[in-house]
Amino acid sequence: MFAYVVRRILATIPVMAVVALFVFSLLYVAPGDPAAVIAGDQATPDDVERIRQSLGLDRPYLVRFGAWVFDIMRGDLGVSIFTNLPVVTMIQQRIEPTLSLMVVTLILAVSIAVPMGVVAAWKVGTWMDRAVMGFAVLGFSVPVFVVGYLLAYVFALELDWLPVQGYTPFSQGFVPWFENLILPAIALGSVYIALIARITRATMLEVLQQDYIRTARAKGAGQPSILFLHALKNAAVPIVTVIGIGIALLIGGAVVTESVFAIPGLGRLTVDAILRRDYPVIQGVVLLFSFVYVLVNLVIDLLYTLFDPRIRY
Amino acid sequence: MALLEVENLQTHFRAPDGVNRAVDGLNFHVNAGETVAIVGESGCGKSVTAMSILRLIPEPPGKIAGSIRFNGRDLLKLSDREMRAIRGNEISMIFQEPMTSLNPVLTVGRQIGETLRLHQGMSKSQAEARAVEMLKLVGIPEPERRVKEYPHQLSGGMRQRVMIAIALACNPKLLIADEPTTALDVTIQAQILDLMRDLKHRVGAAIVIITHDLGVVAEVAERVIVMYAGRKVEEAAVEKLFRSPRHPYTQGLLGSMPKLGSSLTGDETRLQEIPGLVPSLKRKLDGCVFASRCAYATDMCRKVAPALEEKAEGHIAACHYAIKEAVAA
Repeated sequence: MFAYVVRRILATIPVMAVVALFVFSLLYVAPGDPAAVIAGDQATPDDVERIRQSLGLDRPYLVRFGAWVFDIMRGDLGVSIFTNLPVVTMIQQRIEPTLSLMVVTLILAVSIAVPMGVVAAWKVGTWMDRAVMGFAVLGFSVPVFVVGYLLAYVFALELDWLPVQGYTPFSQGFVPWFENLILPAIALGSVYIALIARITRATMLEVLQQDYIRTARAKGAGQPSILFLHALKNAAVPIVTVIGIGIALLIGGAVVTESVFAIPGLGRLTVDAILRRDYPVIQGVVLLFSFVYVLVNLVIDLLYTLFDPRIRY
Repeated sequence: MALLEVENLQTHFRAPDGVNRAVDGLNFHVNAGETVAIVGESGCGKSVTAMSILRLIPEPPGKIAGSIRFNGRDLLKLSDREMRAIRGNEISMIFQEPMTSLNPVLTVGRQIGETLRLHQGMSKSQAEARAVEMLKLVGIPEPERRVKEYPHQLSGGMRQRVMIAIALACNPKLLIADEPTTALDVTIQAQILDLMRDLKHRVGAAIVIITHDLGVVAEVAERVIVMYAGRKVEEAAVEKLFRSPRHPYTQGLLGSMPKLGSSLTGDETRLQEIPGLVPSLKRKLDGCVFASRCAYATDMCRKVAPALEEKAEGHIAACHYAIKEAVAA
């Protein structure tokens, strides 16, 4: 068990190395010259060349990569070309709203989607099952920004139950913080809920056919115990896998959701940085997202052993 | 009053192309402490009968009719909650597939303890302690260690022992064993049968054992019910049935069993077989259900269904031509 954990943690190192190389190269080959952007329209070729030298953009590819990785190791992601602030500081300023949005969405989505899938599998073929599946198709097909604007229109503008947009820091109290996050979380989570509910239903349908479910019934176990203890624990591995993969959906969706609801988070930072070709910021944010994704999947791998005793290599 | 009285049991399944009459008008009883075997080939309705008694048939597509009286209460009239209080407590069941019948993600101790916590209101630690005792009772070495293990860490024979421990944990009055030894190899089969016989005496449970293995029947049963195409075709005490089977189907079953000491090579020692297959249960059968495969069948057999008649004392069979002995009174 301990060996498994250590091995899984060590296995993330090469993954992170490849991600770093990829993130770095992506911007290296991307069109556009940051030096020219900084220099502005009036600059002479000499000016541009000088800026390029000061940024170190004239050095060879591998040298630049080495220097970049070395800086990252020391917690230095570079300085924004546009604001002249350290990238780490910029990320720190923006991370709370995004993290809040993701966590709330994750908890909300899982606690809605899993019971939905379980009930659909239990009542397979009935109107309840069809309602869940119908919702899932809807969740998949309607884009995040449409759901977002619709929710904001109905619940914020018409009914006036929740704020239209913006973000309140957690330090100003749980309720205002949460109120501001409900609508974005539902908008962002709709695809995610659909995905998890479908996988839960499919896996549960298979598990409910197994002999040990019949044994549980023959013992006199009640329906809740059969569904949530005997069956769901067996269905957990595929469900947890999809929850992990879905984090990628959340990261992508967060960028759009933050724009729709005017949340000053990392998504907005990313979009702004891309528009300004602010290379160090783009690199920093993409690297952070990749790191989170790798970390989440590591946690998922470790969770497997909790649900299924047979996975303890 | 018998412990279990099954009257006119009909378990039908709705299928896209008709109704499958898996069990069609079955009557039998089991006395307290008695071991009754139900035999027949695949598809004759044995397992469906077992599942019907515990009402484990999914409804729909299944439908159970008739009456199943257990200790005088009709199980088919009980609410789901009342039925759950009986399952695993007063009537429990052992299944054919020990490899897949245990939940792979729960410890053995938890699975044995579950019935105790459900039906006897035991706490977690009490149930755990009792689970260790049960494992010891079914002959699993190192029960303190095994109780914390998962099914994949046990062999097939041990898993079937665990199933028996689960089934007997609440001291049931009736144990239904559906092909309990079919998936096990021969030496383990003998051990499991010995164990069941031994525990039956200790716990005092009646057993309904469902099997197609006549060797198992001879080993454990006191009375035998022979089923064919969802009906009972013969019933007798085990010695009587083996000595003088009345129904041609039973004769065929017995004839297809290898005898100890007989040579298995050469023409004259070839094992008998019953030609053909169990007929489809989806259409109404006229006449004797076995007529299509019976060597002695006549026109009468194909037209008129034979009733179950007492052919000798305590020996009933459904065949027009079965030899009848003078029955007293």
